[in-house]
Amino acid sequence: MAEPGSEGLAVRLAQDGPIALDVDLACATGEVLALVGPSGGGKSTVLRCIAGVIRAKSGRIAVDGEAWFDSAAGLCLAPRRRSAGFVFQNYALFPHMSAQANVEAAMGHLPAAARPARARELLDRVNLKGLESRRPAELSGGQQQRVAVARALARDPRVLLLDEPFSAVDRSTRQILYRELATLRRDLAMPVLLVTHDLDEAAMLADRMCILHRGRTLQAGPPHALMTRPANALVARLVDLRNVFRGRVAAHDAAAGVTWIEGLGHRLECAHAPRFPAGGALTWAIPASHVILHRRDRPSRGERENPVRGVIRDFLVLGESVSTVIGVESTAERLHITFPLHVARRNGLEAGAEVVVSLLRDGIHLMPD
Amino acid sequence: MDWKAFTLSLELAAWTMAVLLPAGIALARFLAWRRFRGKPLLEGLLALPLVLPPTVLGYYLLVGLGAASPVGQAFQSAFGRSLVFSFEGLLVASVIFNLPFAIQPMQRAFEAIPQDVRDAAACCGLSRWQSLVRIELPLAWPGILSGMVMTFAHTLGEFGVVLMVGGSIPGETRTIAIAIYDSVQSFDNASAGAMSAVLLALSLVAMAVVFATGTRRADRRG
Repeated sequence: MAEPGSEGLAVRLAQDGPIALDVDLACATGEVLALVGPSGGGKSTVLRCIAGVIRAKSGRIAVDGEAWFDSAAGLCLAPRRRSAGFVFQNYALFPHMSAQANVEAAMGHLPAAARPARARELLDRVNLKGLESRRPAELSGGQQQRVAVARALARDPRVLLLDEPFSAVDRSTRQILYRELATLRRDLAMPVLLVTHDLDEAAMLADRMCILHRGRTLQAGPPHALMTRPANALVARLVDLRNVFRGRVAAHDAAAGVTWIEGLGHRLECAHAPRFPAGGALTWAIPASHVILHRRDRPSRGERENPVRGVIRDFLVLGESVSTVIGVESTAERLHITFPLHVARRNGLEAGAEVVVSLLRDGIHLMPD
Repeated sequence: MDWKAFTLSLELAAWTMAVLLPAGIALARFLAWRRFRGKPLLEGLLALPLVLPPTVLGYYLLVGLGAASPVGQAFQSAFGRSLVFSFEGLLVASVIFNLPFAIQPMQRAFEAIPQDVRDAAACCGLSRWQSLVRIELPLAWPGILSGMVMTFAHTLGEFGVVLMVGGSIPGETRTIAIAIYDSVQSFDNASAGAMSAVLLALSLVAMAVVFATGTRRADRRG
């Protein structure tokens, strides 16, 4: 995805209250940016500021270089002048209107004669052909969401804003809607902002994600990068990285491309990271995907890297997987690792069992303390 | 049966509704969605006619609209006659004592429209006026209708305030409720009975309409 410049959406917002905001984000045309963070973190507020239904104390919102809000210039366009398509969490359909009329209601920019055909086309595009005359109460949750998407697109918006659009439907419907959105977005030549508290959803649908915590944007980047290489311990916690530890830089070996750190009572080999001075304290993390269990029957790939011995303190079967807590030998530290159930069975894992795991050096991620 | 009093009552009710329909919608919408200091006080003030004895309300209206008051004097100098004991004075009183009956159902109806739906209207590009006409009024109309029906029924039935502010001038301020009282006073039980039956029937129909619209709204939302 192109780095967003004046193309696409650029948002800077700051205020102390009633909901504190310190937001700086950008979303390129055609890009899906997921705004992720805990509930009450200000995600919906940011979307509402972009749509113009609430006004931040200060900041600037621009689409393709054209300002919609600029507190310094005293500019704040009314929502109807902003051309933002908004899908509300509970869809906010007009209950007294048919699906068709809901979509047509957003077509004030088109001549009246052109609206019915265009609305049918949009409803067809979201797979609602034949249901045009139904009212929202006569539609299922998934169908209501599709009407809301069609209505948001009916304005030919320059930005599409999706506020937790999947939270009000059941799981199987959600899977269908994910696929529909993924298909739909290929044709959308506009920035798409998706608010969600579900990391998996963000990883699945978004090109980049942006972490918002207590109204502050902490870090933005591709989902996988954020989930494996968070900028700091707070982001690590927010992307649900369980294995985050304190440590100290032991030594750098530029020639070998290695940095040694002291952590978990071991001397651990990491990728060379000269920006952390030797002897300095740091925080480090390792995603569960980079922790390898040493098998009893035969050697595992990568098991020579950073072997750590421990005892299984907690062993919890969750359906087809097992969540374990491993107490690291001669320390108070604990590793949280989830194994597939069959792997756990084959290796005789159970509470109290001794295990050896390897922390793959490429997975160890160093962060400032 | 005093038909003159009956038509006067209908006329008064019609004018009261004509004033309170736009004013009630504006006030109800304002009260439903705005938060401001002193809001409970304003709401309390508007609800006072529900609890004040009609004689108390009538007394203050008589003083407030009377020849010695600024309002009464302004009316006197503009139209050359007194505001109290006239149809116009009665209309002012009627609008005031009907405020809670008109506003409260309307306010509840506007409050029931979710903020998101109103935001969605703005995000769909609707102007405030379009949003009012196409989204808010269609959603709030059962409440608006109840407010109007209650106003109608209550205007026909109001006695104390009318007597205090209007007296009982035939063709000018003598409404059907006053006419019933006068009939009973003069032992004309036949016409008192007939007029009471008419009022009873009208009020029953009005209340049934209020409940019917309430039920239909509940059906649609459920």
